[in-house]
Amino acid sequence: MVKINGNQTDYDGKNISEILSILNYDPKRVAVEINEEILPKAKYEDTVIKDGDTVEIVSFVGGG
Amino acid sequence: MLSEKEIYSALAARHGEDIQKKFAAASVAVCGLGGLGSNIAVSLARAGIGNIHLIDFDRVDISNINRQQYYISQIGEYKADALLNNLKNISPYTVITSQRIKLSEENINILAPYDIICEAFDKADMKAMLVNAVLENFPDKYLISGNGMAGFGSSNDIVTRRLSKKFYICGDGKSDISDGIGLVSARVAVCAAHQANMILRIIAGFYDA
Repeated sequence: MVKINGNQTDYDGKNISEILSILNYDPKRVAVEINEEILPKAKYEDTVIKDGDTVEIVSFVGGG
Repeated sequence: MLSEKEIYSALAARHGEDIQKKFAAASVAVCGLGGLGSNIAVSLARAGIGNIHLIDFDRVDISNINRQQYYISQIGEYKADALLNNLKNISPYTVITSQRIKLSEENINILAPYDIICEAFDKADMKAMLVNAVLENFPDKYLISGNGMAGFGSSNDIVTRRLSKKFYICGDGKSDISDGIGLVSARVAVCAAHQANMILRIIAGFYDA
């Protein structure tokens, strides 16, 4: 199981690009942390989520 | 003109001598000087933060006056210049510097001298760019971002979250100007105050959201 934004999911084995696509996030508007470490955008494709990982996807909205 | 000592004493009487010493020694970069950034910078200046750096490429427009800390007489001026002048009237001895520049991954090293980075942009892709660039390049700095404060929703939906050790996000996380809802003075100021308060808390030594 993988925790994504506080919810338990069975997305272990998928990479971050796949997860962003499944969950309908725009990769240009997000920041992704895995186990409280920022994941550089260049690594989204190659980073596979493992059982027990905690993923935070911050999706930014406009306004300021 | 008040002396630096008189102003410092007045602040120390309210915030405590120990905390005021930390405020005076702190440096903060405010990225984006719109509804969030201009209000955040005013709070930091009033608190007596020692060094404030202001970054924005844009000029004051009539559409900014509903929520940003500028005057009608400043329409057309660069925000970086106009806000610097306004802050100098609030805190004449704070070291305030400003740059009329558009931040990007290429010039992110501008932020190197500052302890705390405040993300206060208005466009979602720019927010994401800055947050990613700061977390990747400066993992030791504190980063406080604003996300979601448009419209007339409840103030109580705006919260401060600590996402990782040195990364905080304030806002409702949802309300987006691209959904056709505008930005309103009070609610933007609520989010700005969340960001400013978190910055002051960190400097004072309180790290919980």
